[in-house]
Amino acid sequence: MYRILKKQILTPVTKLYVIEAPEIARKAKAGQFVILRVVEEGERIPLTIADYDVRAGTITVVVQEIGKSTKHLGQLNEGDSLASFTGPLGHPTEIENYGTVILVGGGLGIAPIYPICRSLREAGNHVIGIIGARTKELLFWEDEMRTVTDELIVCTDDGSYVRKALVTVPLKELLESGRKIGRIWGIGPAIMMKFIALTTQPFGVTTIVSLNSIMVDGTGMCGACRVSVGGKTRFACVDGPEFDGHQVDWSLLLSRQRIYLDQEKQALEAYQAQLAESKN
Amino acid sequence: MANETPKAKRPARQEMPSQEPQERAHNFYEVALGYRQEMALLEASRCLQCKKPQCTTGCPVSVRIPEFIKALSEGNMWGAVEALKDKNSLPAICGRVCPQETQCEIQCVLGKKDKPVAIGRLERFVADWVRAQGIRAPTLPAKNGKRVAIIGSGPAGLTAPGDLAKMGYAVEILEALHTPGGVLMYGIPEFRLPKDIVQAEIDYLKKLGVVIRTNVVVGKLYTLEELLADYDAVFLGTGAGLPMFLSIPGENYNGVYSANELLTRTNLMKGYLFPKWDTPVKVGKRVAVVGAGNVAMDSARSSLRLGAQEVHIVYRRSAAEVPARAEEVHHAEEEGIIFDFLTNPVEILGSQEGWVTGLRCIKMELGEPDASGRRRPIPIQGSEFEMPMDTVVMALGTQPNPLVFTNATQLERTRHGTVVADEKTGRTKMERVWAGGDIVTGAATVISAMGAGRVAATDINAFLTNQDAAKSWWPEDAVPATAS
Repeated sequence: MYRILKKQILTPVTKLYVIEAPEIARKAKAGQFVILRVVEEGERIPLTIADYDVRAGTITVVVQEIGKSTKHLGQLNEGDSLASFTGPLGHPTEIENYGTVILVGGGLGIAPIYPICRSLREAGNHVIGIIGARTKELLFWEDEMRTVTDELIVCTDDGSYVRKALVTVPLKELLESGRKIGRIWGIGPAIMMKFIALTTQPFGVTTIVSLNSIMVDGTGMCGACRVSVGGKTRFACVDGPEFDGHQVDWSLLLSRQRIYLDQEKQALEAYQAQLAESKN
Repeated sequence: MANETPKAKRPARQEMPSQEPQERAHNFYEVALGYRQEMALLEASRCLQCKKPQCTTGCPVSVRIPEFIKALSEGNMWGAVEALKDKNSLPAICGRVCPQETQCEIQCVLGKKDKPVAIGRLERFVADWVRAQGIRAPTLPAKNGKRVAIIGSGPAGLTAPGDLAKMGYAVEILEALHTPGGVLMYGIPEFRLPKDIVQAEIDYLKKLGVVIRTNVVVGKLYTLEELLADYDAVFLGTGAGLPMFLSIPGENYNGVYSANELLTRTNLMKGYLFPKWDTPVKVGKRVAVVGAGNVAMDSARSSLRLGAQEVHIVYRRSAAEVPARAEEVHHAEEEGIIFDFLTNPVEILGSQEGWVTGLRCIKMELGEPDASGRRRPIPIQGSEFEMPMDTVVMALGTQPNPLVFTNATQLERTRHGTVVADEKTGRTKMERVWAGGDIVTGAATVISAMGAGRVAATDINAFLTNQDAAKSWWPEDAVPATAS
């Protein structure tokens, strides 16, 4: 169960995994997430679904290697199995025909934006994509994104590829151009989503973000993922993960993401030492 | 009443050996060590063998208490096992976690003049003995071709499948987490209920042919309606897993946990073994646990074992109203947990960086009895004070998780979020769906959930074998179950 059918290196820090999960694939929708465990002793890692294929019976996730758990996952190969794979969790994206929509994906956020673009386009929207990364080598899925968007803007923070700009710059330009925009999605690091929300707020266009707070069970049981939206405490796992970005308390989210920084560092160092030892 | 042994000859209630408080406060091994054989026999000899035993009436599932104790005192261990397991399928668990002092033992006639028979400790002794003999699966009848889905694998979900498998049903348990056992695994700590005991019950079900499918979130992966197309009957035993908060300022500061999160990280994810296991759990030097139920005691004592130096139980009522089992309160006190009674938090204080720094509380006094029959705590004006804290744990009770109800509009629920189900059959308002345990009663006990699992299993069989085909689905004499 939960076999890795395909593993692909997308960037030096990002890998794609296609997981055999026919039942989840049948139910999954854009915007939902899964939780996986690499090994029995492993953490429950929440990942927004990057793609799903009912016929092949697969779920695709894209993972950025940051800490021990994600690096450990990176050691697995095609044919290996995960300890567990649960989903689909959270609410799907609200897909409707909003007219013209903008979807902004930053860094790893390009992955979850992709199926949302596709679903919105199938629903008749004119889809404008904006994708960006810190530098050229961290950018992925430009070609894939072209297949699910009507217009695609690509930028890098350092200008190493196409346009030198943060994703909020072309976003602001589009809004200032006077084009009628029905809805905006922004997915990426919390700090980027915060600035996307700040950019769009003056224009009054509803802006949906996908909150990546720390989770354990992902079913509403523990409350680790609580966020404040419109002054109310919500659980990102069951009430989200998508929320109105203009209502999110960003400083709370950013603060709560740092709870285990020390432990994450400790676990990573221990793991790297262990890896170095096994190589010797 | 039976022949009463002259007082002088009756042995004293046998204390159960346990790890020393100083030692156990720093490890996760089981606190209570169980009776040795001679202690069990001595304790069993205290039972008066009443002709009209009151203890049995105090037990939510009417365990044949005097019978199992008699067999035990005669050295007939298999007889004791049979009498015990007839009504209680999880005695090793109930012997450890039941609030005997408010159920069977409070009814014990001996308790009027002396201390009651230690029924729970004897139950544990018998159950541990039989587990040590190895698991024996009974001979199963031929499969009857009918399929039952059990949703959730806590006390209710571990009881119904065994009964049904023995009646010839193909039973599948659907569990949302990666490990079966529900609250017995994620909630109750290792030091109170060793996980190998729960695992033994799960292994037993597997030997009975019960299929356990983990990582299946009903409501997300399948709706109830979809399950009804696949199975002849569905039993809902998903418990009450949704944590409650106080809705006071500061509850989202870093360092504020729901008890569910603290315990899940610690027990299910084995956070106490970090970094060998990957999931961290972070507890500061000073910890306040708000609430005084069993979950609060578990949270407080876990915090101590995770390295806290000072742990407070903060409770708005007085010692007399503490809902936790007496033994847990006693153990917590022995371990140095500080009880702040008649104290109610009004705000959690935090730093610029978003971390908990303390708790602002108000002193309370007891007024007239409230709806629960307990004296209502009333704030004392001007008595607010602050306690410096690094970690605050909210142990305020739980509600059923609504995920399982996705699209199940026929399922009637109360305003507390619990499912309406008939007490005598476990039937819900949705045809072919039964429910039992905390999902029906709200947070209650392991034994009542187990009892409800058993009631439902019996009725599922009655319904599927057409024994009461003439009856309507929702019984005319239905009594919606509530917490006992």
